[in-house]
Amino acid sequence: MSGLLEVTDLRRYYKVRAGRGPFAAKALLRAVDGVSFRIEAGRTLGLVGESGCGKSTTGKLALGLIEPTSGTVNYAGAAMPPTGGLEWRALRRRIQMVYQDPLGALDRRLPVGAQIMEPLAIHGDATPAERRERAGAVMDSVGLQPHQVDRYPHELSGGQRQRVVLARALMTEPDLLICDEPISALDVSIQAQVVNLLLDLQDRLGIAYLFISHDLRVVRQVSHDVAVMYLGRIVEQGEAESLFARPAHPYTRALVSAIPTTGAGPRRERLLLQGDPPNPVNVPAGCTFHTRCPFATAQCRSEVPLLRTLDDGREVACHRVLESALQVAA
Amino acid sequence: MLAFTVSRLLRAGVTILIVMTFAFVVLRLSGDPALLIMSVDAPPEAIKAFRQAWGLDRPVWDQYLTYIGHALTGDFGKSMRDGRPAIELVMERVPATLAITMPALALKIGLGIPAGIYAALHRNSFADRATMAVAVAGFTMPSFVLALLLVLVFSVNLGWLPASGADSPMYAILPIVTLGAAGAAIMARFTRSAMLEVLGQPYIRAASAKGVNWRQVITRHALPNAAIPTVTIIGFMIGSLVAGAIVVETVFAWPGIGRLMVSAVANRDLAVVQALLMVIAAWMVMANFAVDLAYGWLDPRVRASASL
Amino acid sequence: MAVPLVALRGLTVDFENGGRTSRAVDGIDIEIAPGEAMGIVGESGSGKSVTWLAALGLLPGRARIGGSARIDGQELIGAPRRLLESVRGSRIAMIFQDPSSCLNPVHRIGWQLGEALKLHRGLSGAAVDAEALRLLDQVGIADARRRLSDYPHQLSGGLNQRVMIAMALAGGPDLLIADEPTTALDATIQAQILALLGSIRRDTGMAMVLISHDLGVVAENVDRVAVMYAGRLVEEALGADLFAGARHPYTQGLLAALPALTGPRRRLAAIPGTVPDPWNVPAGCRFAPRCPIAEKRCSTEPPPVHRVGLLHRAVCHRQVEAGFSVWSLPRAAE
Repeated sequence: MSGLLEVTDLRRYYKVRAGRGPFAAKALLRAVDGVSFRIEAGRTLGLVGESGCGKSTTGKLALGLIEPTSGTVNYAGAAMPPTGGLEWRALRRRIQMVYQDPLGALDRRLPVGAQIMEPLAIHGDATPAERRERAGAVMDSVGLQPHQVDRYPHELSGGQRQRVVLARALMTEPDLLICDEPISALDVSIQAQVVNLLLDLQDRLGIAYLFISHDLRVVRQVSHDVAVMYLGRIVEQGEAESLFARPAHPYTRALVSAIPTTGAGPRRERLLLQGDPPNPVNVPAGCTFHTRCPFATAQCRSEVPLLRTLDDGREVACHRVLESALQVAA
Repeated sequence: MLAFTVSRLLRAGVTILIVMTFAFVVLRLSGDPALLIMSVDAPPEAIKAFRQAWGLDRPVWDQYLTYIGHALTGDFGKSMRDGRPAIELVMERVPATLAITMPALALKIGLGIPAGIYAALHRNSFADRATMAVAVAGFTMPSFVLALLLVLVFSVNLGWLPASGADSPMYAILPIVTLGAAGAAIMARFTRSAMLEVLGQPYIRAASAKGVNWRQVITRHALPNAAIPTVTIIGFMIGSLVAGAIVVETVFAWPGIGRLMVSAVANRDLAVVQALLMVIAAWMVMANFAVDLAYGWLDPRVRASASL
Repeated sequence: MAVPLVALRGLTVDFENGGRTSRAVDGIDIEIAPGEAMGIVGESGSGKSVTWLAALGLLPGRARIGGSARIDGQELIGAPRRLLESVRGSRIAMIFQDPSSCLNPVHRIGWQLGEALKLHRGLSGAAVDAEALRLLDQVGIADARRRLSDYPHQLSGGLNQRVMIAMALAGGPDLLIADEPTTALDATIQAQILALLGSIRRDTGMAMVLISHDLGVVAENVDRVAVMYAGRLVEEALGADLFAGARHPYTQGLLAALPALTGPRRRLAAIPGTVPDPWNVPAGCRFAPRCPIAEKRCSTEPPPVHRVGLLHRAVCHRQVEAGFSVWSLPRAAE
């Protein structure tokens, strides 16, 4: 069975200056370094990680907004056409993007109704009357009132603006939405509104999501599967519920344990990492996580761990994942 | 830092070369100096002889290469008027120009920056509004209008200051004020907005929260940051001092390079115009260079990324 | 409660903006005991930060502040600048959300730490450097000596927040106000900083006000929590009581809107509508337009303060029973 979106060994490198001065050596920043995943139709893959781990770059690569250095993106069984071409633009109807900052994604000089209709105008189909009708239906489905069609972005609240962005993305009836931190800029009570909306839309329309976020709680709420990224690589990937309940990779365990809880419940393990993530220009040899990992051994410092599949289908890139010592430590 | 300085110097050289080339080409296209300098009824042979003497009959590229070759040895040609070396004519006028532009620059900085800081610290007060109103008036008024106004008041009506010439330091006062006024106004407005921008930064509030008293928050935390954008404007002003001097020196009959420029252009005295442009270009390039150095000195973030 | 270290009484903050006055903080009463950790929770516009900036006189001139804020009986509202400056940093220190922009970009870390040390400890010369090193060490910064000559842009956000904390400690304050100290930081770094704040409090006995929009961050790090909405305090309780038995519909809504990390996934109860604009707040209870159990009087009369348990106050007309969530009512949530 082939998924809706299939990404294989995706890499994106950038050349950067390594030091100061005009004669500084060039270095290679491996923003995304061999990422593979698959999203089935109507399902959600959550992509989590800290800032600079390459999750946003991965999202842009999946959409074809930037071209990969190597690796492939297949959409519905066919390779992603070259960025910017006619074919690619036609495909953009099927894949839409939702960003973190709705105000930045909207034109503040245009009423939101015009912006919602814009995708259909760009793709040059439907009469103006049909566009208006479709916009009305889409606005209703994201919980916007008909009279808000003439409002300007600054007249709406943050949550309403994100609904406008969603409505615009839905106009072309996409099969896949790439959501890059779609609720991070919103207040807690509004976040819940948008999360519920995303789930409802998936139920009704069968849209698949690539849901990029640093917020593990929200990712668990919306995702079927989750991939955890660290320094450009996926270190763990699997079914959402079990991944959060029993994280296998030490980094995932640290991430999960770093989430503060409100419940009384049993006190969870706390795995406090030392230091900052390394500079992505100068990643550590071996397992890139070994500098912060409390379980690192000599092997971890020299040998890159590959993703391996555990009995329950979980994929983990860690040399020591099967060792009982680690399980006890947890 | 050494690599930074070297690369900046190389670029400065290229800039000056481009200015010299451009000046050379434009001046050759703008009319025949022989016809202007010789009297109208001069015989054709005399004109021909003049052209031969100054090399004007040779192809332009040949003239250009000769000119650049000589320039590299410090020879910028001779004035067609009186046959003296052009560079000498220019350099002997430089002190007079400096004598009015440097005090004018001091006026711009010394008056403009404190006024801008004061206005920013008393935002929306009467003093702020008054300062800014004066500032707007200052830089919207063309300098020749201001010059005539000053002459009218202080020379004609009050009789306190001489209107034109250069016989004593008293003669410099009106040109200095004319040159400095607009700049001081621009400086004040710019300093004010730079200061307001900085005062809104989180580190200013954090410094206050730390217990630093308000005076020190301003002097130790706000001013060093506001200085960074202000330096750009100062550099720009230093660079454009000579341009302002052209008008003012003409109005006040001040014997500086501005007036030399006007007469040399009128006379098609090619070598002198070229030497002038070269000196002005070098001056501007140096001002830019100084700004870059000052940036690096003031802003550690620039220092770190000081590549090309 | 014992004698409070800091007491806010009826604190109000009005902003004047082009002739339009908006009340950002509307009558806050809070007491902090010595050594206590208190959390202030609220969404943007709740006035949770403005309250404390006002108490320290750190708001811009167009803010009008009323009511009272005292430290050990010493009134701060309307106090002369000299007095406020002597309180800031030495009795009450503050750290902020975005550490990298709270440090001055043109001064070295050592200079900025030294400034605080000279100010509050009267140190000079080599003693400044020695103490700065000790402080950086205390906040867990490795190779502190090198960091002293670094500029803020050379440090990560997490390190800069550690520097800010070191600077706050320089004055040996009785109270640290931490305003969203980890919001701009990554999850693993947030955990480090919160753990650091906890251990410093244990070592120094300093009181702390932890301001956050994140209920989880507050729950794990304080003794007592106050919840603010649209400039008013709506509920206050010991942490465990609040998270297990919130009584105010807004607090209950915030908790119900938070996705769980364990157990079955349930649909989130989303509070409908949005926070009112400060220049256009509803009369009566400010939460009434979004509240599923609002009655007629809720939109006309300001709600009374009910004592619903030990150190537990709820500001609501309706006395919601413990253990009952108003958001479990049919069609309560959007």
